[in-house]
Amino acid sequence: MSEYNIREMIQNNKNNKSTKFIERAVPVILFIITSVSILTTVGILYTLLSETFIFFTRVPFIEFITATEWNAFSADPTFGIIALMMGTLKIVVIATIVAVPVGLGAAIYLSEYAGDRIRRIVKPILEILAGIPTVVYGTFAITFVTPLIREIFPGVSLYNAISPGVVVGIMIVPMIASLSEDAMSSVPGATREGSLGLGATRLETVFKIILPAAASGIVASFVLGISRAIGETMIVSIAAGSTPGADFDLTASLQTMTGFIVQVTSGDAAFGTDLYYSLYAVGMTLFLFTLVMNLAAQWITKRFREEY
Amino acid sequence: MAELKMKERSVMNEAISTQTEQQNKQPGIVHSSRPVFEAKDFNLWYGDNHALQNINLTFNENEISAIIGPSGCGKSTFIKSLNRMVELVPVVRTEGDIVYREQNIFDKSLTVEELRTKVGMVFQKPNPFPKSIYDNVAYGARVHGIRKKKVLDEIVEKSLRGAAIWHEVKDRLNENAYGLSGGQQQRICIARALAIEPDVILMDEPTSALDPISTTKIEDLMQELKEKYSIIVVTHNMQQAARISDKTAFFYQGYVVEHDDTKAIFENPKDKRTEDYVSGRFG
Amino acid sequence: MQLADKNQVAKSLGGRLFLNKFMKLLFLLCTMVGLVVLVTLIVDTVLGGWEYLTRDFLTSFSSSRPESAGIYGAIIGSIWLMAVTAPVAIVLSVGTALYLEEYAPKNKITNFITINISNLAGVPSVVFGLLGLTIFVRQLSLGNSVMAAGLTLALMIMPVIVVAAQEAIRAVPGFVREASIGMGATKWQTVSRIILPAAIPGIITGIILALSRAIGETAPLVVIGVPVSLLVTPNSVFDTFQALPMQIYNWVKMPQAEFQYLTAAGIIILLLILFLMNSAAIYIRNKYSKRF
Repeated sequence: MSEYNIREMIQNNKNNKSTKFIERAVPVILFIITSVSILTTVGILYTLLSETFIFFTRVPFIEFITATEWNAFSADPTFGIIALMMGTLKIVVIATIVAVPVGLGAAIYLSEYAGDRIRRIVKPILEILAGIPTVVYGTFAITFVTPLIREIFPGVSLYNAISPGVVVGIMIVPMIASLSEDAMSSVPGATREGSLGLGATRLETVFKIILPAAASGIVASFVLGISRAIGETMIVSIAAGSTPGADFDLTASLQTMTGFIVQVTSGDAAFGTDLYYSLYAVGMTLFLFTLVMNLAAQWITKRFREEY
Repeated sequence: MAELKMKERSVMNEAISTQTEQQNKQPGIVHSSRPVFEAKDFNLWYGDNHALQNINLTFNENEISAIIGPSGCGKSTFIKSLNRMVELVPVVRTEGDIVYREQNIFDKSLTVEELRTKVGMVFQKPNPFPKSIYDNVAYGARVHGIRKKKVLDEIVEKSLRGAAIWHEVKDRLNENAYGLSGGQQQRICIARALAIEPDVILMDEPTSALDPISTTKIEDLMQELKEKYSIIVVTHNMQQAARISDKTAFFYQGYVVEHDDTKAIFENPKDKRTEDYVSGRFG
Repeated sequence: MQLADKNQVAKSLGGRLFLNKFMKLLFLLCTMVGLVVLVTLIVDTVLGGWEYLTRDFLTSFSSSRPESAGIYGAIIGSIWLMAVTAPVAIVLSVGTALYLEEYAPKNKITNFITINISNLAGVPSVVFGLLGLTIFVRQLSLGNSVMAAGLTLALMIMPVIVVAAQEAIRAVPGFVREASIGMGATKWQTVSRIILPAAIPGIITGIILALSRAIGETAPLVVIGVPVSLLVTPNSVFDTFQALPMQIYNWVKMPQAEFQYLTAAGIIILLLILFLMNSAAIYIRNKYSKRF
């Protein structure tokens, strides 16, 4: 028989003060930790809004949104965000043209055609691609892709929209591929078999059944990919140049919103100058764009979620 | 196999003979010993669904009480009310009392942790922790502040012996409990419940996920455990209730239709619905 | 509706099957793009940087002369940076994930916090840089120190770890939780002794992947103003420092051709570190993936 009275030992421990204290303290501590995520958002908004506000006391808002020139470094600067937005737009359009078909094609292959073996090889490769730092992609753009393009089209200048655009596109391929594949894989097997059983080919099943059924997830993956392209910084800083302009030329040097922020902060922007505050106005614009895209992606997934 | 069958039969005979003795001494629902649990006008709602209606039931010390009834009759909900596990569902609302040893379990003076320490539970699906066999059994003692290795060693051995699994696992106490068979896992879960020496053990369909041989082992074990503990078991298997229990309550659509000695319920039910159920006309 | 004409079906079948085969090939090509780019990138980098990957390169500080420039200060600086980022990010994210999964009431505030976290995950890293520059560097007067940059990166990767940790916690089956609570264990005892240990492999995988993103992150460091030419390593978290991706960025902008080789050599080091971190994450994930 036992020499210990377990019930008594447990009873004695019942009123253990530290256990009770921990039980009450933990939710409070965890809530405080959680509130840091809110504080981060508040911090971002406060930072961007307060400095942007000062910027607009110095530079008219109308000039900011209507002027088509951005020469922040000149003695008589013009701050027309359209010039920087045009740079971002060029990169995003090229990136989308590369990433959407390639990402979607890869997703279709992985979800509908590939066997388990191929999937096991390809998925880690996509994960590795997604994990490559953007500074490495940027280097790849300027040292490999740009010379290649200039070899084929000698008229293209060293800094241009095509090379960084293509590389940004490649960078977001893994994201689009994996999110779209998730959406397609979640279409139930029975739906797929129903179509195949009627004699439809894989391809017909993909276009008539799978893609419509997974449309919301796929579109959301595009939107998130584009949002990532808008915010991409290092590739464009390294390979796109630093010449803002509201033109449609893809072969010449340009500057994106992110590229401008890096250019200013790489040097010493004196605190309190128009140039310094313009950083935040550009940052605010960038933030708004990506926020809208992210909210749109969430809305699409929520609004059009298929119930199986 | 043959040996097991024999054993099962002998246990059944034993169980029936004790029942007969009891019945000879106290016919009807006279309580032989002190009650451990009493439900008094107990009602429970899941949102708008009135799942348990005016339950009045008494469970006695050192007995096995079986709760039977068709799926969705509220038997699982009721047993989970006894240790307040049912409150893990957020929309649950209760009315009325459940008294455990003269104390209302809904009273503020009794914490749920204290109640659940005294009222152990074995679940439908074996649910060991993803830890070693030793750590599984020692878990309860550890959370209740027992840290001495010597004491823990003794608790683990005693509980595993008590759950009739010591000889099967004594050489691999440090292996993950998920390496065991389903039946062994369930006995580990029983050992885990025994380790903190509860007063009552609630079992929610403890053998429904097990094969017949493991089921027999658990049923034999329950007969042994009843010497030291009060056991309340939910089962959908009527033969099992007949084999192992002293008292049986028949639940139907949230009501207690009949509560009596097991023999009476199965051989001489008073209510037509009980008769239909135990004779297998619905279920 | 017209009944199907069997001859018509048979005639079109050949074309349909060909189109299916053709498109399958095209989809396969799309899948191969990733592989081709990865191989090209690695081969190009290794060919360019291999010869420069010398002992001197690993043990020298940065320099304006390519022949004597090294990556020592940047490697040490990045280690310092991760030493700040990792613990802060881990505490913030795991705490947040535990709160959201185990303690948070199902109400509008919780819902708002969840949406807010997924939006933070989509905020461009350069904007986090502006946050770091304004709050940590200027207002808290941390300067361009390890601390300022480390905190910025920690906030940046927090949403990634939170989501991974939430998934890992959610994957712990409810019956294990019930078993613990059913024995009279308190909420925190259940969380700390059962849920967290069971979820830890998934959480660690998420942490490693997030840190491997942080270690290669450049834009916030540029915005904060992390220097590229230092000849000392930091002695405390309040000292300024160099970082591996900053060094690479600095070299790639240099006009002299020799610096391009150094860039490649630096990238080899960075990719090796990432490869090791990712391997560790995949190993942990596979080793502990099936346990219930």
